[in-house]
Amino acid sequence: MNAVAQTNDLATQVCELDFIPEHGGVCALVEGQQVAVFKLGGKVLAIDNYDPFSEAYVLSRGIVGDLKGQLVIASPVYKQHFNLETGVCLEDEEVTLKTWETEVVDGIVYVKH
Amino acid sequence: MKNAKILEPDAPISANKEKQTVVVIGNGMVGHKFIEQLQEAKAAGQGDYEIITFCEEPLLAYDRVHLSEYFGGKSADDLSLVTPGFYEDNGIKVLLNEKATGIDRDAKTVTGSQGTVVEYDKLVMATGSYPFVPPVPGKERDDVFVYRTIDDLDQMMECSKRGKVGVVVGGGLLGLEAANALKNLGLEAHVVEFAPGLMGVQLDQGGSDMLRTKIEELGVQVHTSKNTQQIVDGDDCTHRMEFADGTSLETDMIVFSAGIRPQDELAREFGLEIGERGGIIIDDNCITSDPNVYAIGECALYDNMIYGLVAPGYAMAQAAVDHITGSLKSTFAGADMSTKLKLLGVDVCSIGDAHCRTEGAQAYTFVDETAQTYKKLVVDADKKRVLGAVLVGDGDAYGNLLQMKLNDMDLPETPEALILPSVDGEAAAGLGVDALPDTAQICSCNNVTKGDLCSAIASGCTDMGQLKDCTKAATACGGCAALTKQVLDNELEKQGIEVDKSICEHFAYTRQELEHIIRVEKIKTFTELMEKHGEGHGCDICKPTVGSILASTWNEYVLKPQHSVLQDTNDRALANMQKNGTYSVVPRVPGGEITPDKLIVLGEVAKKYNLYTKITGGQRIDLFGAQLHELPLIWEELIAAGFETGQAYGKSVRTVKSCVGSTWCRYGVQDSVGMAIFIEERYKGLRSPHKLKFAVSGCTRECAEAQSKDVGVIATENGWNLYVSGNGGMKPRHADLIASDLDDETLIKYIDRYLMFYIRTADRLQRTSVWTENLEGGVDYIREVVCEDSLGIGAELEEQMELIVDTFQCEWKTTVEDPERRKHFQHFVNSKETDSNIKWVDERGQIRPAQKTELEAEV
Repeated sequence: MNAVAQTNDLATQVCELDFIPEHGGVCALVEGQQVAVFKLGGKVLAIDNYDPFSEAYVLSRGIVGDLKGQLVIASPVYKQHFNLETGVCLEDEEVTLKTWETEVVDGIVYVKH
Repeated sequence: MKNAKILEPDAPISANKEKQTVVVIGNGMVGHKFIEQLQEAKAAGQGDYEIITFCEEPLLAYDRVHLSEYFGGKSADDLSLVTPGFYEDNGIKVLLNEKATGIDRDAKTVTGSQGTVVEYDKLVMATGSYPFVPPVPGKERDDVFVYRTIDDLDQMMECSKRGKVGVVVGGGLLGLEAANALKNLGLEAHVVEFAPGLMGVQLDQGGSDMLRTKIEELGVQVHTSKNTQQIVDGDDCTHRMEFADGTSLETDMIVFSAGIRPQDELAREFGLEIGERGGIIIDDNCITSDPNVYAIGECALYDNMIYGLVAPGYAMAQAAVDHITGSLKSTFAGADMSTKLKLLGVDVCSIGDAHCRTEGAQAYTFVDETAQTYKKLVVDADKKRVLGAVLVGDGDAYGNLLQMKLNDMDLPETPEALILPSVDGEAAAGLGVDALPDTAQICSCNNVTKGDLCSAIASGCTDMGQLKDCTKAATACGGCAALTKQVLDNELEKQGIEVDKSICEHFAYTRQELEHIIRVEKIKTFTELMEKHGEGHGCDICKPTVGSILASTWNEYVLKPQHSVLQDTNDRALANMQKNGTYSVVPRVPGGEITPDKLIVLGEVAKKYNLYTKITGGQRIDLFGAQLHELPLIWEELIAAGFETGQAYGKSVRTVKSCVGSTWCRYGVQDSVGMAIFIEERYKGLRSPHKLKFAVSGCTRECAEAQSKDVGVIATENGWNLYVSGNGGMKPRHADLIASDLDDETLIKYIDRYLMFYIRTADRLQRTSVWTENLEGGVDYIREVVCEDSLGIGAELEEQMELIVDTFQCEWKTTVEDPERRKHFQHFVNSKETDSNIKWVDERGQIRPAQKTELEAEV
């Protein structure tokens, strides 16, 4: 997956779906922005790679899971949880990250703009 | 006057009534406790005191109760009761090596043996006691000792090297302790007692007989009803003891431990009122016949009684403090002399009227000759109240029975149930701690009541570790640990605090239970565990926990795709993530030994990748500032130069620190570097509930600081001493000695067992120190499991460790050789670009992450 991102106006190519292990994550460059993409429970979910608490771009390296019915990513730095579908931080609801729509076409994952 | 410093004419201490001068004569256990309590009162604003203490011995207060452990490998430092710096930091003057020799009660001064004169406002006599030596002809011979101070012990140790047989005269509590000491010194040990039974004060004949049986089985020979007539030259040994009945006994060493006498000489000489049979007479506030002089501990006589136990001594100290400060919170009104002891490993307990002497008293007795236990319960005529008890061989019932007696509680309808063993796994009948009043004293050493425990529990102490920390209960002799735990459990239940030990919402199990499930059901993946025993997707609590258990059970490569997603931040990249998302790299440097060539490689790699370098506390070199994509490149070079991963990123074995040992050092007695490298090579890669740090010191000077490590090894002339469960860091804990003078093989066997037992039973992220504090039975329990194999799982633990050792792989070698895995070490999956947000600035000739303000300035 080292090819330069194939981009059209609507979506950016990330990688083959199989490249991401179940419960795993990768970071994609989407229109100059960093997006963390995860595979969890049959879904492909995308959220900003930026962790506002540590100010580092690392969320793709966190652990995903579910807390009280919400699908979440835990920051690998200070362990705050973000809802992967709404972007809201569970520990501080005033903090919200951008979530991105994804789609899988012919086994390839795309992040929509 | 050699030392005039303390009494300065221009600053007469006694003239300044704002600040009272309190002089304490004697720095034994009780004298020290008094100073601690007075200092505490001072810190709490209850007056200002200048504290001065005379200490006749060259050492500050130490634990005389556990004196025999000095021969079991504990050092004088281990036995010390004084927190390092306590006297210095609080400005308390200690006149070490100086005996108080004179008191002028009119001028209110005390003179010391070195000429020091100090003024006092209040004087506290804590002179303790001296061992009674019966007037036997020959008692003045060489190699005849008393058993009281560390100095006595040093002399006994010296003497033991010259002989084979040792005799203790006196079969009381201290005498049996001394017999244990002789046994620990490798001598054939004998106890000679004048009375017909052992511990005649505390035990009835039945209890005494059972104790004798057990002690003789442990190799100590007991001779009762023996009246020593004289000690003369022996034929085969140094001495021959000749008894009144015509028999004799040959021995190389004799230790008198035939009781104590109050050390009241000074008080007597300077006119304080003394009891008929000795002892400084005191009242409820511990005041002597002079209103400015107090007496506490074994030198004091209260209501015609000398209290030769430490708990009443501590209570006197508190009463004296409360009188001096004027708080009058406590007085001394006599003390219960019930005791629970472990003598030569045998539980011995005595409560109240052990001899059934109260009028109308009746007794229940239960003897189990197969298990060698003896239990007697003495009740009043109405079978309503406990009057006393004797327990030998099994002291479990002690806490309950003592509380029933002290609190005057009603007995159940069938009192015998209190001492009968449980049948069919039913819990033994107890009083139920709920029935105890809040005033019930649970820990007599530190005077902690049930009420104290309850309020600590209410304010959030929900496990034993926290509760001990907060209240100090069960931290001295440990005799009340079981009862403290019962109070804790009962309170939690009552307050409706359900202690949910589930690790998270996905698994209704503790870490310990999950470990068991994984091992017994041979579960190899998180998915399988979740399907069988959990629900949901998991989270950042259960995933790393399960990942760690899988690793310490099956030891598969942690970045296998199904395992990689379980790993916490650092394990996932096999490096330590720093604040800006870059990583630090720490190659293993076993034992801290490194060749110049390898050092050069580290320098070259650091230069090539522009890494910040720093020496770690664990004798390694940390390279900071590597980006994700650089990690495999850096490791390729390090592996080529012979390095292996250091697992600095894992909850796993970290480092084995060492001193240079006998190879180079003038004082070293063993090759500590060699042992450190062996240990590090053996346990490297082992994953555990939390990180593990080791150290090996080459001699008792302890330059590797092994006593602050999870596993500490200290060389002796005969082998290795093994210390466990130490910790530095935020909450330091001094490690405990569990075995002495081990050969290499036994040392490794014990470490194998210790580590695996910890891995099996600890909670997640629980260091060995906290784990130990929370284990019921604490370090004694660990010693039994590890050194005596009391659970019979020693071989199993060793086998599990062997599997880990045999399946070690360098995770970084596996990673750099796996092209698929390397693809995950890039910042973007869809671009060769790197993270443009990482910025460095220069500091002292190296990089460091730019701070926010510096980034803004740049823009």
